[in-house]
Amino acid sequence: MAAIGEYAKQGWIRRAISAPPGNPGARVSRSGRFAAWRWVIMIIAGAYFLLPLYSALRFAGVSGFGSVFTTPGFGAALWTSIQISAMTWVITMALMVPTTIYVHLRLPRLRVLLESITILPIVIPPIVLTLGVLQVAPLDLKATMWLLGIEYVILAMPFAYRAIDAGLRSIDLKTLTEAAGNLGAGWFTTIWRVILPNLGTSVLSATVLIVALCLGEFTMASLNLVQTFPVWIVLFDQENAQISTSASILALVVTWLFLMLIVTIGTRRARRTGAGEVTLFTVSANTTTIGES
Amino acid sequence: MATNEAAPARPAAATDVAATDVAAAAAVVAATTGADTRSGTSVSLRELTRVFGATRALDGMSLDIAPGELVALLGPSGCGKTTALRIVAGFETATSGEVLVDGNDVQGVPAARRDMGMVFQSYSLFPNMSALDNVAFGLRMRKVGASARRNKAGELLEMVGLSAQAAQFPHQLSGGQQQRVALARALAIEPQVLLLDEPLSALDAKVRLQLREQIRTLQQRLGTTTLFVTHDQEEALSMADRVGVMRAGRLEQVAAPDELYDNPATAFVAEFVGTMNRIPGTLGSDGSSVTVLGTTVPVQPGGPSSGAVNALIRPENLTITPAENGNGIVFLRTFLGAVSRITVLLSGDLQVLVDIPSTTAAAMVPGASVAVGIPSSAVHVVPAAG
Repeated sequence: MAAIGEYAKQGWIRRAISAPPGNPGARVSRSGRFAAWRWVIMIIAGAYFLLPLYSALRFAGVSGFGSVFTTPGFGAALWTSIQISAMTWVITMALMVPTTIYVHLRLPRLRVLLESITILPIVIPPIVLTLGVLQVAPLDLKATMWLLGIEYVILAMPFAYRAIDAGLRSIDLKTLTEAAGNLGAGWFTTIWRVILPNLGTSVLSATVLIVALCLGEFTMASLNLVQTFPVWIVLFDQENAQISTSASILALVVTWLFLMLIVTIGTRRARRTGAGEVTLFTVSANTTTIGES
Repeated sequence: MATNEAAPARPAAATDVAATDVAAAAAVVAATTGADTRSGTSVSLRELTRVFGATRALDGMSLDIAPGELVALLGPSGCGKTTALRIVAGFETATSGEVLVDGNDVQGVPAARRDMGMVFQSYSLFPNMSALDNVAFGLRMRKVGASARRNKAGELLEMVGLSAQAAQFPHQLSGGQQQRVALARALAIEPQVLLLDEPLSALDAKVRLQLREQIRTLQQRLGTTTLFVTHDQEEALSMADRVGVMRAGRLEQVAAPDELYDNPATAFVAEFVGTMNRIPGTLGSDGSSVTVLGTTVPVQPGGPSSGAVNALIRPENLTITPAENGNGIVFLRTFLGAVSRITVLLSGDLQVLVDIPSTTAAAMVPGASVAVGIPSSAVHVVPAAG
């Protein structure tokens, strides 16, 4: 909210500065009308998102929150989800970071192809994906969080690819790689010490997206018979809807705090090294002025 | 203008200094770093050819660089100079030919193990590391201990005059400072060969001039064999022991700057290095002499032997005298310090430039009638159409 207000204010200032001195009245009333519309749209959008949250809060009541932690199954489900998130993150990064770097450096013409491939998981419904995987998955892996984690890697791929791709575009990858190589760094060292730290913001974006995905996904987890946090919420809802609702609100708040923490840390580091500003979904390359203003 | 004056005078002196300095610098390096005394590294490019699809970026290029020597590769963009440098660095592979470092073929040695320091055209510092950590990076890769590499990196930053900026990050440094850190970083590993890929071209004129001198002084002090790629002739002529002028993947001429300027081997070199007038001339019947502005002079071999030609003559080699009914009219006089450049309009709308000492330029006011003549020495000729 504060950020949007800030942005609106900057808009006014900019318009006020650039307004021709001859006819200030017309400019002000026009920008005033714009600003009014902006607030109307924001209030409608805000209500759309916040009302359900508010009603859930009303329904859950204050007492529900206290008993969430002691409810059987809660801790185990949350722990499973965290483990799967970590696993998905590790596999996705290990696969996508070197692949994307390699494509950028050596096979730039394959970038378009890779981009379309990474859209597939979004286009194909999760249920089709899961049923397909279950057809061929070895029996030992079925209904384990390992298999679910591997399936999540497929879901996470588009987000990870896009975030890393944006990061690689914002740095002079070829020169940095060659400079590191020239100084004696091997491939692993170059990626680990030179490229990854300078992708900081986009790796964070990818992390945020992957974690949010893994903590919220229901269809695949349910079909794989793994009791992740979302699955637990749905199941427990039949037993005690109030506690279940409290748990989901709590999850929302915790996830949100977690994301804010990542973004704050990322921004602080980005300012120090002059890298792009951290937002959840994009990496802007040149934001020195924003960092200083 | 600086080219005309500085180029012939400076490299001659520079070569002498380099010769005596190499041994001294090697001793200094050995004493301060504890490294083995290095007698300097020689680099040989043998018949290098690099084909990209239908284009031959390099076409049988050969070059020998003596230990401690700074050789500049000069040429228009696309002449293959950068490709040659990248092959030496190990970032590209030659289609055929070889690179010898101290007599050993380095093909198959990856870039990371070639022990060559490189400064890139674009800013190449690692944005996530401070200036000091950037300089220490190569030492870290060589498993030098933390305190030793900090000391060494600190020394090098001091050498390029940036001790005060050691803790700053690249985005806090100016372009010139960044390239100085990059130079310190390349030198920190005590490379066998220093490779400079147009390191100054992104900088503004004043910084470029300062850095030019700094690089040359350091290179001579350390006696590091250096290959320097540039499209800026002034840079090449003022910094290098020898300059190789490249065209279409081949070396046209490799020579000391003064020789390159005074005795260009080909018309291309003559026109690419320094300022050149093109003045129409008439070839003699056997093509060995040419008549220009009424004077007949011998023709340098290599040009066309018949047809319409232009003679190539430097501004300072043309003579100019006030004359009632001369062959030209002064159009413009530009004061350049010790010399003045006179733009003369000859018949047929031909403009030529004549450089004369400013002390004798008083009479050359715009509108004055003058006689422009050529010296009797041999000239290069090129087809008039080209």
